[in-house]
Amino acid sequence: MAKVKKIVKSITIDADKCNGCKACEVICSSWHATPRYSSNNPARSRIRIVRLPLKDIYLPVYAGEYTEAECTGRDKYIIDGKEYNECDFCRASCPSRALFHEPDSGLPLKCDMCEETPALEKPKCVEWCLAEALIYVEKEEEVEENEQPKLGDVEIGIGAMIDKYGLQQVLDTVARMAKP
Amino acid sequence: MRYGEIGFDLEVDLSRGSIDRVDTDPNDTKLYLGGLGTNAKIMWDRVPPETEPFSEDNLLIFSTGLLCGTAAPGCNRTIVTTISPQTKLVAYSMMGGFWAPELKYAGYDKLIIRGKSEDLVYLWISNDKVEIRDASHLKGMGATETSEAIRKELDDPDIQVAAIGLAGENRVFYASIEQGRSSASRGGIGAVMGDKGLKAVAVRGTKDINIADPAKYMELCNDVLKYIKWREDHPIKGVPPILQGLGSPQEMAIVDEEWHTTNFTWGNSRTRRKDFWTHEIEQKWKETQENVRTRLISCHNCPMKCGATISVPGLPTYMMKCYSKLTYTMAAYSDLDFGFKIAQKATEYGLDGFSAPQAMAFGLELLEAGILTKDDFPGMPDDNEGRFFWLIEKIVRREGIGDYLADGTYWAARRIGKGAEKYDHNTIKKHEQLPLKLGMLNPVYYLMYSTGEKINITQIEGQFPQEPFATRELREEFVKDWIQVPDEKFKKYYVDWEPRGEMSNPYYPTVEASCEIVDWMEKMHYIDDSLGMCAGLSSFPLKPPYHIHNYPDFITAATGIKMDKDELWQAATRTRTLMRALNVRRGMRRADDKPPEDHWRKRFPDLEKQLLDQYYKLKGFNDQGIPTKESLVQLELGYVAEEFEEKGIYVNG
Ligand code: SF4
Ligand code: SF4
Ligand code: SF4
Ligand code: SF4
Repeated sequence: MAKVKKIVKSITIDADKCNGCKACEVICSSWHATPRYSSNNPARSRIRIVRLPLKDIYLPVYAGEYTEAECTGRDKYIIDGKEYNECDFCRASCPSRALFHEPDSGLPLKCDMCEETPALEKPKCVEWCLAEALIYVEKEEEVEENEQPKLGDVEIGIGAMIDKYGLQQVLDTVARMAKP
Repeated sequence: MRYGEIGFDLEVDLSRGSIDRVDTDPNDTKLYLGGLGTNAKIMWDRVPPETEPFSEDNLLIFSTGLLCGTAAPGCNRTIVTTISPQTKLVAYSMMGGFWAPELKYAGYDKLIIRGKSEDLVYLWISNDKVEIRDASHLKGMGATETSEAIRKELDDPDIQVAAIGLAGENRVFYASIEQGRSSASRGGIGAVMGDKGLKAVAVRGTKDINIADPAKYMELCNDVLKYIKWREDHPIKGVPPILQGLGSPQEMAIVDEEWHTTNFTWGNSRTRRKDFWTHEIEQKWKETQENVRTRLISCHNCPMKCGATISVPGLPTYMMKCYSKLTYTMAAYSDLDFGFKIAQKATEYGLDGFSAPQAMAFGLELLEAGILTKDDFPGMPDDNEGRFFWLIEKIVRREGIGDYLADGTYWAARRIGKGAEKYDHNTIKKHEQLPLKLGMLNPVYYLMYSTGEKINITQIEGQFPQEPFATRELREEFVKDWIQVPDEKFKKYYVDWEPRGEMSNPYYPTVEASCEIVDWMEKMHYIDDSLGMCAGLSSFPLKPPYHIHNYPDFITAATGIKMDKDELWQAATRTRTLMRALNVRRGMRRADDKPPEDHWRKRFPDLEKQLLDQYYKLKGFNDQGIPTKESLVQLELGYVAEEFEEKGIYVNG
């Protein structure tokens, strides 16, 4: 397969600097509202803070891929004397939890790095994190050309509906809704 | 659809066990904005003046502000309003943290509690699902402990909990409502919650808050963030370190406590220790603070990190903010290590950090003076710290002498008698004040202490510096980028104000100027308390990001309600006047508008009279401090004037 140069965007999360303010959740949900900024609701954010102040746990987690079924991971991590669940670190929009699902429809949420044309200087959550717990990093990398087009939000959403309700019911519903 | 606000209140009657979702009148938003403003309207309409604090008819209102939970940085205040058991007037206390935004995400602007439950209960609000739940297993538990227990029981770490501790359950007159890193402490509202049999309110919300003009609103929010960053890099020189930046005073980050420890008074607000702060103390306190402080933490959607997680070895972890690390320390003539230890207990018990230490120091003064005897303190240890730990247990359980002290210094003194009244020297309207005793009367502060409806100086001061800088050049420099002034004349007042000589306290700022300065400062607090904004980003610090010039745009963009500077000023005046009217209806008059007798050594009765007269005039009050019919009608508060006339309040004074 051909190699192409590509800008890889990533975020370095300095959890030690997080103060638990949830500004990132506010701005992410606001940015993704339609029309843009027309509402906000941290439950729709694609970044969430695992925030347990009395245990001094502050862990920003980004929403990743949708998964149909939960995994077997049930392990505990102890880091600096603090106990974390394996799921705390996981990005998945997974049926085991409410995190990274739209609160009303249950559709999966996924961080899209605030993809926009023209591109933003940095993602919104990074811009609003004055504590600098979120640091934006751009790297140029050679990657194998990706022949499979990336799935858009709508496709991922419909995929999740199909998993939940079955293809036929989704088709029936779409057909019913499409009727004038 | 309503914008900025939700348009629904949650009404819970604990006597009847009823729960209702009630839509609100959008016209009230135009007139009173929200938060404290609409709370005041509800108190006027529904809590008659005869209502006793501990009665079924007293309401306990937990309100969000108009802009709470939107993207506006730092807009997260819960404004709790009720009749105070201590002052018998309307108390309104605010807390930061995460509770108010969560209530709004759950779909309500306010939670209004009426009635009393026979058994201890807690309320669980999860969007549309609201339950009154048994809390017998939480009885006697600490406030932080309670919150953790509820989160566990309901199995969701993102639930926000406001809870009382033992002090609230036992109706201590200065019991607080605690909420993680924040608390609503003043006026004994925790005691009202305890009287209602309500241990806690747990909230989780996952709904949207809508914005009328999204692009404009975001532009305003981004400007505020930019200004916050700029102010971080540009602290105000020439004022004590804790007052240089934004936020609540940065007590958790900053260790330099020279200003508090040498200017504020120790014991029962008695002794000033001008030489207290030494290099050794600084080293020792620095070590203490850095050893116990795990992390600096913020409230919802705010970068300022005014609070901290505190873990004292051997004690449960708790969260703290602001100045409570020093109030116990100084009341007990002790050190910071003691301060952090006793504050852990005080937080779990849910006690106001201003009143509680003073009530304890007051009790010990009476012992020293022979008004109380050793028999009143059976089993109390001899050491300073031990005595405070002993007293706190007695107070929160209302045992023995603790039952007296639990009512605060004013009521305790009257009940003890035998000359104890003299030792209640630091209250205004029966409410303990900052421990501060000064020399020369400051006319601006005289007015704020005397007339503030919150009865708490930090909730009225802020925009105008506490003292003039030493030279005219420095003052001119200060006013250069002072964009927050509502009018250019305030710059002149400040530049002309001298530390000594003719143009200094008490005769300068002049009577008129003093009144205008106070008017500006208190207006900003009323606006914040109605919008739900943290005073730490607006009315409290010098040169804040929110001010009278950008607030109207915020309100218009969020809610779609057209608002300009004059209309906002008018709305704040309306709420200020309604708060005064509520207290007037409960019997407050001019005679109550006074600072503690010994607040200043040098007093000026004639000047003070002029100041109060002029302030009342500017506010549209008569010489008894009662809003006149004319001013009420002009503020669309005609219904207040009607009731005043009916009740003969104008005639009988
Ligand atoms: S904005 Fe930054 S500091 Fe605040 S919660 Fe998010 S990651 Fe933490
Ligand atoms: S959240 Fe992640 S770690 Fe947890 S069960 Fe789902 S896929 Fe596994
Ligand atoms: S990068 Fe953008 S989409 Fe992803 S979490 Fe941050 S704000 Fe949300
Ligand atoms: S300024 Fe401080 S107290 Fe105010 S909201 Fe921000 S963190 Fe909380």
